[in-house]
Amino acid sequence: MSDDALATVLIAMIGGAIRVSTPFMFVALGETITEKSGRINLGLEGTLVLGAMVGYMMSYRTGSPWVGVLSAGGVGMLLGAMHGYVCKLPRVNDVAIGIAMMSFGVGLAFFFGKPYIQPTAPRLPSVPIGEWLGLSPALRVAFDVNPLFLVGIAIAVFLWWALRNTRWGLILRTTGDSAPAARAMGISVDLVRFLATAAGGFLAGIAGAFLSLYYPGSWNEGLSSGQGLMAVALVIFARWDPLKCVLAALLFGAAGALGPALQSIGVTQGYYFFNAAPYILTLLIMIASAGSKRAMRDVPGELSMTR
Amino acid sequence: MQRLMDTAAQAAPDAPAASGASSDFGVRARRTAEYIVIPLFALAVSAVLFSVFLLLVGKSPIDFYQLVWRGGFGTAFSLQNTLQRAAPLILTALAMAIPARIGLIMIGGEGALVLSGFAAAAVALPLIGRVPALVLLPVMALAAIAVGAAWVGLAGYLRHKRGVNETISSLLLTYIAIAIMNFFVEGALRDPGSANKPSTFPIGDANMIGRIPGTDVHWGLAVGVLLAIALYIVMARTTFGFAARITGGNPRAALAQGLPVGKLIVACSMIAGGCAGLAGFFEVAAIHGRANASLVAGYGFTGILVAFLARHNPLAIIPVAIMFGGIAASGGLIQRRMGLPDATVLVLQGFIFVILLVSETLYGRFKIFSGERSADRV
Repeated sequence: MSDDALATVLIAMIGGAIRVSTPFMFVALGETITEKSGRINLGLEGTLVLGAMVGYMMSYRTGSPWVGVLSAGGVGMLLGAMHGYVCKLPRVNDVAIGIAMMSFGVGLAFFFGKPYIQPTAPRLPSVPIGEWLGLSPALRVAFDVNPLFLVGIAIAVFLWWALRNTRWGLILRTTGDSAPAARAMGISVDLVRFLATAAGGFLAGIAGAFLSLYYPGSWNEGLSSGQGLMAVALVIFARWDPLKCVLAALLFGAAGALGPALQSIGVTQGYYFFNAAPYILTLLIMIASAGSKRAMRDVPGELSMTR
Repeated sequence: MQRLMDTAAQAAPDAPAASGASSDFGVRARRTAEYIVIPLFALAVSAVLFSVFLLLVGKSPIDFYQLVWRGGFGTAFSLQNTLQRAAPLILTALAMAIPARIGLIMIGGEGALVLSGFAAAAVALPLIGRVPALVLLPVMALAAIAVGAAWVGLAGYLRHKRGVNETISSLLLTYIAIAIMNFFVEGALRDPGSANKPSTFPIGDANMIGRIPGTDVHWGLAVGVLLAIALYIVMARTTFGFAARITGGNPRAALAQGLPVGKLIVACSMIAGGCAGLAGFFEVAAIHGRANASLVAGYGFTGILVAFLARHNPLAIIPVAIMFGGIAASGGLIQRRMGLPDATVLVLQGFIFVILLVSETLYGRFKIFSGERSADRV
């Protein structure tokens, strides 16, 4: 491979990392909030797909992509609230409910999404950071950052700060680490978890809107390829730390961009294999981080998943 | 041994409320009734809620259920179509149910089905025309079972060795399995004649599995039913099944008793993978005749729902799989007659799945024993 081709691949991967990472970031941040409260929501993949559909539909109907983003968040919050409510019933298994909610969300999205596969909805604008920095045209494309990427980083920083320094952060962490301790403090564990799951759903819905309104930027049934699920694994890797979630999301984005980047310089051999790179990476990361003592130290005590 | 069995019944996740050494027939009958009545009730609630959903989108629920009946069960033709679809569902549901008995939520059936189907087609390629079907088909079946068992067994092994969450890893393995099949089907093993839908070379009509005499249904149904019965016996009446259920009920107690928990987990996962592998084999050898994207038909995912509705009981899986086979078989008719999108079946399944799991909360509602935590149960 010549130097030129290598540079092209690298730039494409950086650009791809920024582009592709956003949905990972939002879902992972949402899941972090949920898991910090001691509950797991595996159904965020369904939330993501339904959010993508609703975001696209509302953007098409109203002409404003931002209305689409907010509606996607809203419907995600509804699904999250449903999950949160159902899980507080005794004997209801949160992992199994997650699988059910996944098929429920995907089913609804496909059902109502049929008429919106053809039409073109207004998409989110991009922020030309590359142009402001005065980079060369080749680099500019890579640094055409989408606004949600910046919003996501802001949310991550805010969450990181709020989890440590606010009363709400303390309540959330206590509920996740020990439900009896939270109850002794007079906290309603069910309420905190309900709100945390709803908030997680909101962010996952926005992640879906990013897929349909920015990149790839259209609605179809094959839009999501498991980002919602990989993000759940990513949270374990990021050890429930919002800032590490951003880094992990960038890493996943780069892995996801590998296939298209190689294709752009004409390497088409093994395209499907490189497309599987994020899944393989996730699995390897899970193998590496699941058994480690450091990950176990940071796990919220009430979480049933990482026993 | 009979005493042991009674203890096992308590340790099994199905019978958490049993107390003392009570094997009283009345108590058992009532508990069995509970396991039948509550899922049926959940189904009824789902049907009502789905009717409301249909009314909201301006369609008639009466038409819908009539069409499901006609398209799935009403005529000899539709019934055979239903049974044809029930065959892989029985097998993929077993792939969910067996690990569930040992406390794992393993949802990799779809991936194991796809990869095994591909393996069956791939292993057949160099043999086509050189060996008779009687040799070729067993080779294909063994390849499919071995690949499926290894694939899901890997998730079980990682669960045991590294504590990797099996639900996520098995789903990731599904995406990887589909990518592997696409890689070969669109590359090295592609039949150049398959322009629209990249596929492997066909295994040839002469090598296809025939139908059960007198019907239009392939032998996969018979194998599925027999395997379900066999696995029921294995799980209910053998030392292996006993140990597996003990582990599912309380892994720590199982470890303390010296049971080989790790081996049991991997073994149950491999059985699951083998079942899904057989489903993939029959899809290739009896339906499609080649491996291509048609294998990714969602049987693995519907199988998860079937297993939950059957409460992971291999015998109950058979009627439930036939029911969902019927719903799937009527999908085309509903699409044409009512102008509903093909995702309607997915929505209905989603309704049933969520409501079914919510109905779990009804078990033992009126008994004193309700103190156990929901997260500990499958």
